[in-house]
Amino acid sequence: MIEPYVLSNGVVAALVLGGAGVALAVRRSGPWREAAGELWRQRPIAVLIVAFYVGVALADSIAWVGGADPVRPRSLVDRLFPIDFQERSYSAPLADSLFYEPQVSLTYPGRHLLGTDILGRDVLHMTFKGARVALLIGGLTTLIVIPVALLFGVSAGYFGGVVDDAVFFVMSTLASIPGILLLSALIIVLGLGTWQVCVALGVTGWVGFCRVARGETLKLRELDYVQAARALGGGPAGIIVRHVLPNLMHLVVITFVLTFSGLVLSEAVLSWLGIGIAGSWGQMIDQARDELSRDPIVVWNLAAASVALFGLILAVNILGDAVRDVLDPRTRRA
Amino acid sequence: MILAYLVRRAGYGFVTVLGVLFFLFVLFFLVTKPEDIARKAVGEKAPPEAIAQWIANHGYDKPRFWNPEHPADTLVVEHFRRALTFEFGRSDADDVPITRRLREGVGPSLALTGPLFLLEIPITIALALLVALFRGTYIDRMGVVACVLAMSVSILLYIIGGQYVLGKVLKWFPISGFDPRPSVIVRFLALPILVGLMAAVGEGVRFYRTVFVEESDRDHVRTARAKGCTDREVMTRHVLRNALIPILTQVVVAIPFLFTGSLLLESFFGIPGLGSMTVEAIHGNDFATLRTMVYIGALLFVAGQIVTDVSYVLVDPRVRLE
Repeated sequence: MIEPYVLSNGVVAALVLGGAGVALAVRRSGPWREAAGELWRQRPIAVLIVAFYVGVALADSIAWVGGADPVRPRSLVDRLFPIDFQERSYSAPLADSLFYEPQVSLTYPGRHLLGTDILGRDVLHMTFKGARVALLIGGLTTLIVIPVALLFGVSAGYFGGVVDDAVFFVMSTLASIPGILLLSALIIVLGLGTWQVCVALGVTGWVGFCRVARGETLKLRELDYVQAARALGGGPAGIIVRHVLPNLMHLVVITFVLTFSGLVLSEAVLSWLGIGIAGSWGQMIDQARDELSRDPIVVWNLAAASVALFGLILAVNILGDAVRDVLDPRTRRA
Repeated sequence: MILAYLVRRAGYGFVTVLGVLFFLFVLFFLVTKPEDIARKAVGEKAPPEAIAQWIANHGYDKPRFWNPEHPADTLVVEHFRRALTFEFGRSDADDVPITRRLREGVGPSLALTGPLFLLEIPITIALALLVALFRGTYIDRMGVVACVLAMSVSILLYIIGGQYVLGKVLKWFPISGFDPRPSVIVRFLALPILVGLMAAVGEGVRFYRTVFVEESDRDHVRTARAKGCTDREVMTRHVLRNALIPILTQVVVAIPFLFTGSLLLESFFGIPGLGSMTVEAIHGNDFATLRTMVYIGALLFVAGQIVTDVSYVLVDPRVRLE
């Protein structure tokens, strides 16, 4: 059994390598390089904000054993904070003593920039760690969704007939179950956990993209150059890989960005229903139900998680609109 | 003609519902075993006899697919038969008949979702028309920015914020609760409806704005302006009417779900509707109730789709159902 932190380091390495590969491919192909440049010119701040979140998430995914704690692996983000950076309970931002017991002074007085939560954990630290969970939900789910949706959507559109009927039937069956009910049913049955939640979000999320891929393939299949490739004796696999998929890539990117924020927001709702992922911003917001009924109230936990969530979603939403404008030929201005 | 279409459409809808039922069977009887459900209901440390007794009481003790003596007496047959005859049985958590729960819950759910729906549609459409009328100006740009900002806030924050600011600090409304007497029901429903509106307006306005802006670029709208129609006439008679198809696609499909209520609003505001019932089922591992709600949701969705198709004919003479 591989240690989880080793696996996580491996994933980071794979992601960095994959990202570098994609960046190289984008640099080499004219239209994509142009689109990336246009995106950067239009929305530099949103790009930087998303890059910051990705950076924090990646830094929290690289962990190793050693340093102050000889047993437990700690990530780069953990190492920004002292070990056992913990108090007994709530303390206000930069306070010297506990919030409800002012006579008890803190172990780290004045060091908790955003205060501590009910268990005394540093809120800033937890907010940083939430970035990893949020990006994991959005990223892992879309990485499950896109290949599945492409496989079914493209084969339904390209082959038609029985394949199309079967895929269409499965799609309309899943689409007819209300999203949140399907999600909760899946998670209740599969059990709690990051993978399970991502799989459940994937099952509910692939239908929309599959429909888009199918429709676009239906159109592409009839185009002259695809017909020509077929007339020259190209097999279906070659035609799909060489002529259909490259023309779907812009839709893949657009869908990726547009579904991302929806996924992160639904995890917050799932957290509230008690079936979310541990350590997410949704769980921090969920705690606010108790905190707002206390006297005096505790807001820093709720505020930190909400601002972090809002910032990511807003940046991704803005980026999504820009990506669509840049990549979708229908909305591209002459 | 339309009758033949309806029959075919209903037939396809029925096949879809069968597909949903099969999916539910896989999920609730193959992925989870009846023993798991029983253990959660009776308790982890219950003696095996108690678990066997619970399974027998709930009718989960049959073979799943194949019963050599009575071919019809299997879980899969029973699952389909019960669902299609609307015999939902009892809750896995507290043995209350699910049908009674449904009857009790649908009223409070409709009391919340009905007014919310009736307010939301005209408000979002009116706002979107206004923003679309000023397209390309500062008003439009600010409207779009406001929508994106509103969309980026989690619905949880609207609920928590609404309860805290309007309920606890300003004391305008009770924070939560429900009383069906007509004289006081408005007091309890006002806050959830207000919060629901705030959470829905951003996305709605943005969607309808796109529809209206696309429609305003058409030739007939330019002609209408050229012949001297006022802004109001152009927007209502020429833009709104021609945009009815995408509007109906959004609106009519949502109507059936008014019955199933709102999961979040109901449970946050203590409204004893079907949404709260579903949340309780999720918390209490009540598989039978959850299964029933998923099935009913799917039934309503299929029905809504058929109604949507028919409504196209009513608003657009170019659409023929064949």
